Amino acid sequence: MYRYDEFDHDLVRERVAEFSDQVARRLSGELTEDQFKPLRLMNGVYLQLHAYMLRIAVPYGTLSSRQMRTLAHLARTYDRDYGHFTTRQNLQFHWTKLEEAPKMLAELADVEMHCIQTSGNCIRNVTADHFAGASADEIADPRPYAEILRQWSSLHPEFSLLPRKFKLAVIGAPKDRAAIQTHDIGLEVKRNDSGKLGFAVWVGGGQGRTPMIAKKVRDFLPESDLIAYMEAILRIYNLFGRRDNKFKARIKILVHEMGEEEVKAAIEKEFAAIDKTNMVLPRDAVERIERYFAPPPFDTRFNGAPAFDRARETDSEFASFVERNVHPHKMPGYAIATVSLKPIGGTPGDMTSAQMDAVAGIAEQYSFDEVRVSHEQNLVLPHVKLEELPAVYARLRATGLATANFGLITDIICCPGLDYCSLANARSIPIAQRLSERFADPVRQSDIGELKIKISGCINACGHHHVGHIGILGVDRKGEEFYQITLGGSGDETCSIGEIVGKGFSFDGVIDAVETIVDTYLKLRESPRENFLSAYRRVGEEPFQEALYAHAA
Amino acid sequence: MAIFKGHAFVEDEWAVAAEGVPLPAGRAVVSKARFLAEHDTLSARNAPLGLILRSGETLDGLEDDLDRFQLIVLDIPKYTDGRSYSTARILRERYKYAGELRASGDVLRDQIMFLHRVGFDAFDVTHEGTIAALRDGKIKLVHKHYQAAAREDEEAAPGPRPWLRISPRGVPGDAHETGLDGGGI
Amino acid sequence: MSAKSKDSDLPLIATANDLRTGAVVYRSADGAWQRDIARAEIVEGKSAADDLLRRAEADLAVGVADLALIPIIREGAFLRPAALREIIRSTGPTIELPAWQPRA
Repeated sequence: MYRYDEFDHDLVRERVAEFSDQVARRLSGELTEDQFKPLRLMNGVYLQLHAYMLRIAVPYGTLSSRQMRTLAHLARTYDRDYGHFTTRQNLQFHWTKLEEAPKMLAELADVEMHCIQTSGNCIRNVTADHFAGASADEIADPRPYAEILRQWSSLHPEFSLLPRKFKLAVIGAPKDRAAIQTHDIGLEVKRNDSGKLGFAVWVGGGQGRTPMIAKKVRDFLPESDLIAYMEAILRIYNLFGRRDNKFKARIKILVHEMGEEEVKAAIEKEFAAIDKTNMVLPRDAVERIERYFAPPPFDTRFNGAPAFDRARETDSEFASFVERNVHPHKMPGYAIATVSLKPIGGTPGDMTSAQMDAVAGIAEQYSFDEVRVSHEQNLVLPHVKLEELPAVYARLRATGLATANFGLITDIICCPGLDYCSLANARSIPIAQRLSERFADPVRQSDIGELKIKISGCINACGHHHVGHIGILGVDRKGEEFYQITLGGSGDETCSIGEIVGKGFSFDGVIDAVETIVDTYLKLRESPRENFLSAYRRVGEEPFQEALYAHAA
Repeated sequence: MAIFKGHAFVEDEWAVAAEGVPLPAGRAVVSKARFLAEHDTLSARNAPLGLILRSGETLDGLEDDLDRFQLIVLDIPKYTDGRSYSTARILRERYKYAGELRASGDVLRDQIMFLHRVGFDAFDVTHEGTIAALRDGKIKLVHKHYQAAAREDEEAAPGPRPWLRISPRGVPGDAHETGLDGGGI
Repeated sequence: MSAKSKDSDLPLIATANDLRTGAVVYRSADGAWQRDIARAEIVEGKSAADDLLRRAEADLAVGVADLALIPIIREGAFLRPAALREIIRSTGPTIELPAWQPRA
């Protein structure tokens, strides 16, 4: 993974000094809250319901064990002993004190971490496929480009006062595990017919109040043009994005209002006019970054994995874990393992400091010191030897992190909601917990198969409910929590926005409603191999509407 | 009204001409609308001419006349409005504008480095705290950058990554220059 | 059951977050910002509310952030906010915080 050199260290330390100064000037009253707020947001400090929240960047979802241990230490020292992993691969602490934030940032800087631009009207964390560099289906590792874009976008003098936030995601495989079509810019690394590397470029995706799927503006952008092209897009957005209405300020609205062809033309015109002299991304510069992401020293002698085979035969729970949470690796003898942060009845994405330390130790010993964070709020051990999987499983199990529910109905994606967030209209976590408990039976879960429930506590859609197979949106209806259900959303390469199924449900009613939806699916599916999303796409919302509403009391 | 230029506050030699009244005899700053409407008379004028653009106004229609202006003022109505940062860069990099490029309006110390890097070389400041910070050289600036902007003439490219840049000491308000921060990083 | 009084008729208290720590605080009659909602200064009627707001705003420079006057409901001697959001701010998250620890 990327390692800071002196330049990177200096830049982050300068930034910490700058922010410490800004905090001091706020605490002394020299800065008003109005002047200070955008400054603290650019360092990831939010003011939430109970406390400040600190959002720490985990660039393209990649962490070393040393970094994970530091997060554990920060949780213990400055917070309430736990952290929350988000749908943008970042980590949040929910009980931060403003006066301690500069110290926390200094400790993060020591392990090459920061909170720069995790909030505010600027370019945010560049996310990537959490299986990057490991997955069997990968064309090219997207992370070197994510790192290049991270650097380019950090403290960019022209693009730090945008109309609104701006999110990028990069993938390097035909399977989209980063939901790029729901991002402001989505990039897919690919090769052209001559084998040269480049990108397909999408612009204008987003969730929130007006969910939209991104439009492809370039089928092939040569690698060397990456920076110049990104500057062209951002400049068009910076100049012409709406600034009159916070809810119409994302680039997706500009694409919608200007028109897809007109936006494409404007971007290409700006791109043509940019002097590329300082913007060209030379191959040798990319290669230098690529070296940080070189494959670890895999053991290339694979002659079978007897301990793995034996455990699978004799331990049915290990077998379930392998079936659900273990994914094909490009290297024979290795596998990718999902570490579930979705225990039955737990808060999705939360982890105690003790669990963080445990995973750090497991990653160090069994996964070449690397952990990933997925945008679906689980962790990933990207490079585990099959032969060592039983040992890894035992350690995860002992740490409460081995729930074999990857992609199943209890693998719920959920924002913090009204229990924490000042933007929320309704609670989301108790809904997730009760759904998880309702469907806890592993046999039933297995029968239902892949079903992604995504829950947001407000229209900002941090829970990504628009791309849930079942999406749940919490709203405030006359002072009471109320929940709208959408069906048929998906964040993968077949991206679709969920459709509202009908009238919403109460805090108690929504759990039964989800169960009705699941039962309806089970009755109408062609076979157990037809998962919920496929069945929904085949039959539409009518059977579900009938089941939910036709027998209204 | 004092303008911060270089390392000091200087007298503002310019006046923005009111709409609909004749221009003063000497230096005058006109709006885009006025310049386009009175293009020929203004182009023939002997006295120095300045242009003021409001946020949201583009350079469309002005491209061929930019070197007529000794001063271009870009107004920033609220500091969160980042449009003039793009306009400034386009002026410097695409049109090689060499006159005074001035930021006016809601100009605050925490954006000074960004404003400088996109090409502004003069700041019309009214915020008390910013005036003091510039005058006393108290701004804790970040000098290392991850991208080129409009200061290629003064920023060092330390390599090996071609996009890295380092600002020299002495950028407006620079605390490191005056040593008031107790030394380097 | 009697008709629910409109929120605008309800008594009000001032709440904010402590600037330094972010903790939820309530303004008591002596001008202190403290964490116990039961000690909050209660006002009724528009002119008293405006007065409380004016006094509270003086603390925005260095004391507190995110100031708001919020309606409260009195149930006997017990005081609670009218809005769910404010109930949660006064009592904390409605869920248990993660607590997994290794077995000794």
